[in-house]
Amino acid sequence: MNIATVFEIVLASVVLGLAIWTIAVAETYSATVGFVAYSLLVALIWVRLDAVDVALTEAAIGGGLGGVVLLGAAARLRDAEALTVEQASPIVRMSAAILSASITAALAFAILLLPDPAPTLAPTVVANAGATGMTNPVTNVLMAFRGMDTMLEKVVLLLAIVGVWSLASDRAWGGRPGPRHQADPNGVLAFLARLLPPAGIVVGVYILWTGADHPGGAFQGGAVLASMWLLVIMAGLADTPPVSSRWLRLILVAGPGLFLAIGLGGLWLGPAFLSYPAAFAKPLILGIEVAMILTIAATLGLLLAGAPERSSQ
Amino acid sequence: MSVARDIMTIAGVSVGAFFFLAGTVGLLRFPDTLTRLHALTKADNLGLGFVVLGLLPQSGSLRDGLKLISIWMLALLAGATVSQLIARMVRQSGTTR
Amino acid sequence: MTEFLTAAVGLILAMLALGLVSILRGPGDADRMMATQLIGTAGIAALLLLGTVTGVPAAVDVALILALLATFASIAFVKKGLPRLEADGVGSAEDE
Repeated sequence: MNIATVFEIVLASVVLGLAIWTIAVAETYSATVGFVAYSLLVALIWVRLDAVDVALTEAAIGGGLGGVVLLGAAARLRDAEALTVEQASPIVRMSAAILSASITAALAFAILLLPDPAPTLAPTVVANAGATGMTNPVTNVLMAFRGMDTMLEKVVLLLAIVGVWSLASDRAWGGRPGPRHQADPNGVLAFLARLLPPAGIVVGVYILWTGADHPGGAFQGGAVLASMWLLVIMAGLADTPPVSSRWLRLILVAGPGLFLAIGLGGLWLGPAFLSYPAAFAKPLILGIEVAMILTIAATLGLLLAGAPERSSQ
Repeated sequence: MSVARDIMTIAGVSVGAFFFLAGTVGLLRFPDTLTRLHALTKADNLGLGFVVLGLLPQSGSLRDGLKLISIWMLALLAGATVSQLIARMVRQSGTTR
Repeated sequence: MTEFLTAAVGLILAMLALGLVSILRGPGDADRMMATQLIGTAGIAALLLLGTVTGVPAAVDVALILALLATFASIAFVKKGLPRLEADGVGSAEDE
């Protein structure tokens, strides 16, 4: 048993232990903090498995936006929790436990049943990497070989925003999402919100740009940009834009819109939907990704900001 | 040349790991929240700093080295901000146990 | 060299696991949040070492994102879901 195996076993048992503790602990708040730490460790595991693209997403979502959502929700729930005396009956808890245990067992069974070596398209993807002029296989799959799935994912993001906005009351419709955050303009938070975003924007653009040949891409970059935007909003330095803003809506549809337009162009001028002409594949894909990073940043930021609750005046 | 680089790496990473150890022990053993905060942010940032210093000779290019240093800078900024915010919150709520 | 760096990753991972004990134990939420901060920094260090050991240079990018977003969970924690941040200001704690 070499040292790398020991390391993997330790990492796996730490993550499993933390996961079990997160489920077992009674207090929502402690469980949430445990979960934030858990997602950091999972990012380590993804790197160890050589899935750095996934690790980047896990770090950007789990470390940044997910933590903000969960901790904010736990803080709001805390007051409600103190008031409720109601407890789920033993039967309900028992059946929930049985359900979760059987799902885990089914997943474990399915993994053990996989043929060895598992069926994979990875060699084909690597062999055709030159077709788009980009060498990151994940970007090739997402943007070219399975471009349709990625486009529909962006439409799902748009639907999520529509869903959040539809929670607004009639009076607030068209107004600004979320509360107006306030903090001392000379305080620590405002200081951070002035210092960090310039660096963060550079990192976000870098992650998008490096995604052509190395792990990275529009979603990870967009999540970083969204975090920076949210930091400025939380520090009270900027307000959320009113949802009736035409600019905002244009940015929200820019990514899927351009993707769809280029896809239809492939159907019209080329052989199939979303087929890129070989000479222009890389510029076209980069163009889509630039539009997408803006859409993703705006969408994630607005999802966290919440439903419109103040009129725009 | 390569030996000198390796020695620098071993020295830097060892000192870094020691500071992580110190920070963790401080977090577990110090008596109240504010002293624990002190132990954590000091040792933590020094630990990462020495690890970065140790890895610098192993980085292939100037760009990689600058990236390592900027990671440490960002971690320093995060540590400084977070310790201020948490300390003020603890002091306001008055529960320093 | 590789063995040494792997051992260093293991040691830092052990520190990280000890930090988890502090999440379990508390006693206050502030202590839990501090432990998460420690785990974040230890995770960054482990990623940097791991990237060098396994020859995955992109691991450094993961560390970069973690370092950039390290403050976010703590800010959400301090804000307690409220729009107004109480524990802020130049002399807010000293003015009492």
